[in-house]
Amino acid sequence: MRHPIKAMIVAAAASLCIADAAAAADVLTNVSYDPTREFYRAYNAAFQEQWQKDGHAPVAIRMSHGGSGAQARAVIDGLPADVVTLALAADIDAIAEKTGKIPADWQGRLPGNNCPYSSTIVFLVRKGNPQGIKDWDDLARDGMAVVTPNPKTSGGARWNFLAAWAYGEKHFAGDEAKVEAFVGKIYRNAPVLDTGARGATTTFVQRGIGDVLIAWENEAYLAMEELGPDAFEIVTPSISIKAEPPVALVPGNAAADGTEAVAKAYLEQLYSPAGQALAARHYFRPFHPEMAAPQDLRRFQDLDLKTIADFGGWAEAQPRFFGDGGVFDQIYKPAE
Amino acid sequence: MASLALLRLRQQSVIPGFGPALGFTLLYLSLIVLIPLGALVLAAAGLGFSEFVALATDPRTLAALKLSFLASLAAACVNAVFGLLVAWVLVRYEFFGRRIVEAIIDLPFALPTAVAGIALTALYAPNGWVGQLLAPLQWKVAYTPLGVIVALTFVGLPFVVRTVEPVLRDLDRDVEEASATLGAGRLSTLRRVILPALLPALLTGFTLALARAVGEYGSVIFIAGNIPYVSEIAPLLIVIRLEEYDYAAATALAAEMLAISFLMLFAINLIQASSRRRFGHAA
Amino acid sequence: MLPETPIRPALARSAAATATTQRPDARERVLPRSWRSPTTERPLVRWLLIAAALAFLGLVLVLPLVLVFVEALKGGIGVYAAAISDPDALAAIRLTLTVSAITVPANLVFGLCAAWAIAKFQFFGKSFLITLIDLPFSVSPVVAGLVFVLLFGSQGFFGPFLSANGIDIVFAVPGIVLATIFVTFPFVARELIPLMQEQGSGDEEAAISLGASGFKTFWLVTLPNVRWALLYGVLLCNARAMGEFGAVSVVSGHIRGFTDTMPLHVEILYNEYSFSAAFAVASILALLALLTLSIKSVLEWRHGESLKTRRGH
Repeated sequence: MRHPIKAMIVAAAASLCIADAAAAADVLTNVSYDPTREFYRAYNAAFQEQWQKDGHAPVAIRMSHGGSGAQARAVIDGLPADVVTLALAADIDAIAEKTGKIPADWQGRLPGNNCPYSSTIVFLVRKGNPQGIKDWDDLARDGMAVVTPNPKTSGGARWNFLAAWAYGEKHFAGDEAKVEAFVGKIYRNAPVLDTGARGATTTFVQRGIGDVLIAWENEAYLAMEELGPDAFEIVTPSISIKAEPPVALVPGNAAADGTEAVAKAYLEQLYSPAGQALAARHYFRPFHPEMAAPQDLRRFQDLDLKTIADFGGWAEAQPRFFGDGGVFDQIYKPAE
Repeated sequence: MASLALLRLRQQSVIPGFGPALGFTLLYLSLIVLIPLGALVLAAAGLGFSEFVALATDPRTLAALKLSFLASLAAACVNAVFGLLVAWVLVRYEFFGRRIVEAIIDLPFALPTAVAGIALTALYAPNGWVGQLLAPLQWKVAYTPLGVIVALTFVGLPFVVRTVEPVLRDLDRDVEEASATLGAGRLSTLRRVILPALLPALLTGFTLALARAVGEYGSVIFIAGNIPYVSEIAPLLIVIRLEEYDYAAATALAAEMLAISFLMLFAINLIQASSRRRFGHAA
Repeated sequence: MLPETPIRPALARSAAATATTQRPDARERVLPRSWRSPTTERPLVRWLLIAAALAFLGLVLVLPLVLVFVEALKGGIGVYAAAISDPDALAAIRLTLTVSAITVPANLVFGLCAAWAIAKFQFFGKSFLITLIDLPFSVSPVVAGLVFVLLFGSQGFFGPFLSANGIDIVFAVPGIVLATIFVTFPFVARELIPLMQEQGSGDEEAAISLGASGFKTFWLVTLPNVRWALLYGVLLCNARAMGEFGAVSVVSGHIRGFTDTMPLHVEILYNEYSFSAAFAVASILALLALLTLSIKSVLEWRHGESLKTRRGH
């Protein structure tokens, strides 16, 4: 009876030793959101190589992925992120406000409001587009099953919501009650609300739920690439939003870890030709298109893109739409 | 020291080690369970009464608690019926593979809930092995409250079987024979003789399955649709509130669930105490 | 027709129960074939009941298990091998083993102490203490994770103190261990307490009065008496420690290769479209579960008598 326990203790001791050996190198922790997994895996390898080529000691990079809001919460509660690469500025604002580990004026310290890449929101539908989905109003049709994550927990889902809102605002010429009813209709057509963008994609693609998935453009392309281009198609709506996922240094943690220099270089190199080309290859719209391969850029369609500034910035949009008792909270509230 | 106070209240015994054993027990219990749960109660109390009530009776919170509780109740009922059946079959009949069935009953104790959740979702989704068969009937399991019940049935299955089985095994066959001799049919023997004797064990298993199911998270989130007011369970709502940085709401809901846990344990203890009095053994 | 078995001798609670039941072979020799014992059901009813029970178990228990293995091997052996030898998967396995290597002994020592105090002595507040020990069983794992965030998170009660001293608990291994210990807290104690209560303290009193020391009595008398129940509790505790998801998910931070346990790694792979890999890691956990069940069953077959009271609650 004592042997398995003894074996376990030995195994534990051994594994702790191995963990210590790994911890000896510089360790950079990047806390990111869901659909960047593949991009950062490629970028980390490229960065590590470049960093050593520049004559620095090797650096280990730890990745954490999840819904953007969930990740921000974890950093607020003490997850030791040296850099955060989240889905929207509001989540980084929350970290800055609640912990003081990020300066309040973080946005603007890097080019393009700290967004080295952007994306937009498109639809993924089943092959042949059996429901004939062309634009946002098709999603509000009776009986349509729309898959989208929960905007309260997923950053991507907030962009989805705002893109639908932008269409409604144009369509109903700014009649807010009608816009609200329209967007509410789309969300009441959702059979599932996953907590993250990835969960929603899996539900749609793997479980066969729903007629249409509202997704990041990069996520939609990636899903097609990974799970079969012959099973799905992408539909680009007439109007959408320029989704800007920002990156930021967390000086409060990086200073303590002694990783400020490498963390800064890590973010700056996202803007380098190599970083930009990698972003484009992973279906993100690069900040410097001229640095990306033309065949990668050709995949992106031109469309009418609103920006978060059209909604008064996140400081205004976040509480209005997604705050407690905000517009989104009213949607599922049963009529009283 | 609490243990010293208790020391005086105990009866004399020649066996040594009471002080250290109870001291360590209380220390460990306090560090791991009581202080952390105390922190939760403290945090909930820090909200103030009116804020706590407002958060605790928020319609979405109530809807989530209602779903958690009703789905758990439904799953526990399914388990009570089928658990009794399985226990009966295992104790009373001999058939091929009985020992394997006997062994596999405890699978839900041993299989990680996340694995169970992913597997059940893959199984009951419209394109899954079972979901495919149900789809033509317009039966949707995955991503509906029905899916929640399926996951909770999986989680709670062993409890009823494992509490009923030993009691059924020890049941005196003489009584059944007496009942048959007195002219009772099999069904009325079952109803009047066997079931009453099994009832305390059945109730205990039912309550244990219920208690376990109300708090279950890992296996449910994959298969539930997670739609507010429809298929959002209470533990998931805690996680969502946390992710919205809404610690007050998370804490209030967690405190409510803690109170429910206490009530369930209290109920289990009551059932066991009364059955010990009536039958001379714990259910 | 299947013969109807009386109570299996190995698991019979008392010899009296066995003695009062007729042996079926003896009965069949004397009675006509059409005779049916009044204390059992018609063969057809019996068959239907067995079929219903098996169908239910198949649908709820066996199919999910089979699915895990089918999906794991869908991509072929190569994908399977690659998935489980991936460095992140190995790190997850290592972390899971580390966590249970700390959790199980801790709860084992606690279980022994608690059972010793509760079973061998009479004191005030005993049943309340047992209820408190059972409490973590009915607390939602999510709540278990949350309380540690409330205590040790940066915004929590001890947050400022911990960060001033550079101690990481939440989002590091200590937090994962704490949450796992909480969730598996009652497992060993619950197995031991009823058994030791039933055994009473006569053996120990005899040993002590013959001059054995307290420690020697514990080691040579008590421990051998409860060893199978102890092992059984350790098995259940270990299975739950390795498989815990909800509580660990709240305190983990999900850093690949560092704070990812196996169940979390399954979720991560699942979210990366690596479904075969996700099910491959899941299949290791399922194999561990099956191993646990096998050892447990062997224990029950061999030592049923000394385990019988463990179901007392």
